[in-house]
Amino acid sequence: MAGLDVYALAAAVLMGLGFHGLVTQPHPLKRLLAVNVFGNGVFLALIVLARRLPDGPDPIPHAMVLTGIVIAVSATAFGLALVRRQAQDRERGDD
Amino acid sequence: MTEMLPVLAVFLPMLGGVLVFLLGCGPRNAWSVLTVMLSLTPSLLLVQQVAAVGTVEHHLGGWAPPLGIRLMADGLSALMILLTAVVGGLVSMHALGHFAERANAARNFWVLWPLLWGSLNALFLSADLFNAYVTLELVTLAAIPLVLLAGSAQAVNAALRYLILALFGSMLYLAGVALVYGLIGTLDMQLAAERLSGAGWVLDLAAALMVTGLLVKAAIVPFHLWLPDAHGGAPAPVSALLSALVVKAAVYLLLRLWSGPLFEPLSQPAAAWLLAGLGVAAILYGSVQALRQRRLKLVVAYSTVAQLGYMLLLFPMAGLLAWQGVIYHGVAHGVAKAALFLAAGNILYQLGHDRIVDMRGSGSVLAISFGCFALAGVSIMGLPPSGGFLAKWLLLQGSLQAGAWWLALVILAGGLLAAGYVFRVLRAAFQVPDPDAEEKLPEVRHIGAMMRWPMLLLALTAIGLGFAGEPLLTLLGDVPGRLG
Repeated sequence: MAGLDVYALAAAVLMGLGFHGLVTQPHPLKRLLAVNVFGNGVFLALIVLARRLPDGPDPIPHAMVLTGIVIAVSATAFGLALVRRQAQDRERGDD
Repeated sequence: MTEMLPVLAVFLPMLGGVLVFLLGCGPRNAWSVLTVMLSLTPSLLLVQQVAAVGTVEHHLGGWAPPLGIRLMADGLSALMILLTAVVGGLVSMHALGHFAERANAARNFWVLWPLLWGSLNALFLSADLFNAYVTLELVTLAAIPLVLLAGSAQAVNAALRYLILALFGSMLYLAGVALVYGLIGTLDMQLAAERLSGAGWVLDLAAALMVTGLLVKAAIVPFHLWLPDAHGGAPAPVSALLSALVVKAAVYLLLRLWSGPLFEPLSQPAAAWLLAGLGVAAILYGSVQALRQRRLKLVVAYSTVAQLGYMLLLFPMAGLLAWQGVIYHGVAHGVAKAALFLAAGNILYQLGHDRIVDMRGSGSVLAISFGCFALAGVSIMGLPPSGGFLAKWLLLQGSLQAGAWWLALVILAGGLLAAGYVFRVLRAAFQVPDPDAEEKLPEVRHIGAMMRWPMLLLALTAIGLGFAGEPLLTLLGDVPGRLG
């Protein structure tokens, strides 16, 4: 396994930041972004893991990250649409 | 042909969803009905195959693991696929009636629900940790838009809350999967179960991450906050599908991991009792909240929070009886809860509201709907001869066998509380109207056969499961993995 290096550290920091944001931020948009920051930490951790083979990177974690990104992007897009819808509902309520 | 069945059980429903997306529901809902047939046929054939010959496996694209992806249907998968087919088939029939007057919502429903069906089957067939993550995401992404079919601002809030938590939950799960891969270099559950032993704290951490992610998705207390709004606010067929099947999917994966790769970390007494403690908290908290709700659908939704708790009692008992009890509980609850939500939806439709206090005297007019509510309630309470009774009986035996008598007390108390919230509704409905006050019987809308029969059949199935224990538990078989 990879030792403590700057990438592993960055992954941990991203996860921590994301979790902090999710717990402390009330606004759904910020919460959605926080989950994404957390997710990027997880993806970075997976890329760090890909270095475990002596000759060149292990392709499986890379494939996992790609799949994960696709899923996270589509879920986030859906979430953003919901946030927008919420704002529109609120505007209509104010009138 | 038979080894293709797992693939067909995943892709035919999805194909149906795409078909409706392109062509609409068709004249007289022809494409919707075709989609249901496309989904039911491979599911039922697959279950029959597993019952006849045991585990069915398929290597996607001919690639064997560890490189390829393996779909596997064992007894547990077959039972969950059967539950999905029975509940899904009957709820589909109800949906044909329910959405008859709302063409737009109907079309969206018939796109999303088949996709959800295929994703659920895919999850139950996954034999690979990462594939399970992908299918769990598919389930979530197909389920959340269904909540929005209610069309209210409240539904949007509930859906958004659900989405953010679900996304976070799946990222936690993925982080755990990454650690497991780092430890042993494989994602196949069976290989992982063989190689993951004595891995120490890294495996514990991985297990903690994966389990926490799944608990968020399964709405186990304290992660239940999104469930009542989402399940209570959605249209009746959607509520039935979400409560009976979707939350069950996350619990299914938890049980699958316990019986396989994560057996060692989850069998440590501290972890097992922590999970069971959450289960106990869910049972008590969910039931008490259900007793306090003013709206019928919220009573049923909180009842789901409570009933899911039973499934976590498995971990400290860890025996064959408890395993059978927990899974049978999942099946019995799925059927009964679908019946309850359809009944609650019909009552809401007929009365135009679902406030319990204002239901006084409506029991005589809505006799069929309240009758079904009562029948399904019998199973939720765990009274004989229902499916719920059989499940709780197995769980009680399991808990006494493991010497955990206080879990037996919790199971009994949960049944009592369930009786409380079911009878509270029935009492309001069948109270005789005061003869002095000139209260008229409420005006009610008529429901068609399409909305009446599925509710009735599901309620009868909930009772009938009390007699079907033998064949279903034979299909389930032993605990897979190390206990068996």
